[in-house]
Amino acid sequence: MCLAIPGKVVEIHSQEGLQMARVQFGGVTRDACLDYVPETQIGDYVLVHVGFAISRVDEEEARRTYEALAELDQLGELEIPEIEESRRSGA
Amino acid sequence: MKYLDEYRDGDIAAKLVERIRRVQTRPWVIMEVCGGQTHSIVKNGIDHLLPKGIELVHGPGCPVCVTPLEMIDKAHAIARCPDVIFCSFGDMLRVPGSDGDLFSIKSQGGDVRVVYSPLDCLKIAKANPDKQVVFFAIGFETTAPANAMLAWQARQMGLKNVSLLVSHVLVPPAIEAVLSSPQNRVQGFLGPGHVCAVVGYAEYEPMAARFHVPIVVTGFEPLDILEGVLMLVEQLEQGRAEVENQYSRVLDRAGNRPAQELIAKVFEVSDRKWRGVGMIPQSGFRLCEEFRELDAEARFSVEAIDTMEPEVCIAGQILQGIKKPHDCPAFGTECTPQRPLGATMVSAEGACAAYYAYGRHLKDADLVTLGNGR
Repeated sequence: MCLAIPGKVVEIHSQEGLQMARVQFGGVTRDACLDYVPETQIGDYVLVHVGFAISRVDEEEARRTYEALAELDQLGELEIPEIEESRRSGA
Repeated sequence: MKYLDEYRDGDIAAKLVERIRRVQTRPWVIMEVCGGQTHSIVKNGIDHLLPKGIELVHGPGCPVCVTPLEMIDKAHAIARCPDVIFCSFGDMLRVPGSDGDLFSIKSQGGDVRVVYSPLDCLKIAKANPDKQVVFFAIGFETTAPANAMLAWQARQMGLKNVSLLVSHVLVPPAIEAVLSSPQNRVQGFLGPGHVCAVVGYAEYEPMAARFHVPIVVTGFEPLDILEGVLMLVEQLEQGRAEVENQYSRVLDRAGNRPAQELIAKVFEVSDRKWRGVGMIPQSGFRLCEEFRELDAEARFSVEAIDTMEPEVCIAGQILQGIKKPHDCPAFGTECTPQRPLGATMVSAEGACAAYYAYGRHLKDADLVTLGNGR
């Protein structure tokens, strides 16, 4: 039920006073309301739940997470993992 | 697809499992709160990949499962009214009430419609000014911004034929109920990533401190869940009880401010009954005074409907992490997704339904699902 899927904003328009977007999910394009992420630009990735973008995906943070995960095996057994350092603050 | 496939990499998953194995020195019981996480865990066999001694128990975070029977009966009473178009998310159509489900009402001539977004109800209401359009507004905090916007826009547009049957629930009171139970076994929580995308996670911090329990707000892809487990096990092994954020690509501590602002304008916190669990004080939303005229319960005079839950299954104990689907003698026999007896078999995200969908009701199913073993 709390399923939310990341998609790419390809078009922004307004409708009945709401900021709406066409959002691409793989091969499927759907409408989503952008009122809760008003700073969104075309080309951004947003997380869409029941037709509403509830968050903008932070590309820099996503890249950092993925790289930290991919480098896991290069860390020594006693070394504190990088992921722990970068996330402990919850930033 | 971007931001999905990257977090499903099998090689990295294996490294994360190995890292958990190195960090862990003793058994731990971890609850994933959200039904979406339960589904991902069972679908990907993550519980079987984890080292022995890391037990995942499944939490109460499926709004379809926990919507109380009396609310389903109220929905059905409204949907049977002539001149009503009853709109709902697809998940709710199969949920059995005391007498059938929304599909059966549709087959008997009721105008029941599945919507993709609550905003679809506005178009339906505009196109059908002589009908009453009622939306079944269920969900956790994740869905509250969408449902709040329906109420807000209906008023902005002056649509008098829109109302909401509200059955909204909140995650923190449910976690607190789990932790306060004398039977509680849970030592750490994977927090609900999409709920926290809306409300942030500051409100989880006092709870982590009070119960001395770590909470790691976590995403839904296999690598998210494995990393969340790793972060939890590290905290547990070090005796820490902090709130950490695994899902930092999507959310921060503050959450989504514009969404929180509209929720606060439309809803107020109220007591709510949870199917399989019972009443939890201050555990949900209802429409606030200013929007009460959109309350479908009052508009259709169904407030007095009060249905007792049948004592047919152990869903309440499963929702609180005390028992697993296999512990129920009816699981997979008398109780299946086609004929669910209780809350956790009702929705695809319920623990019993997820176990059933991925073959866990079959003999030696564990080995089939597991693939490459512990």
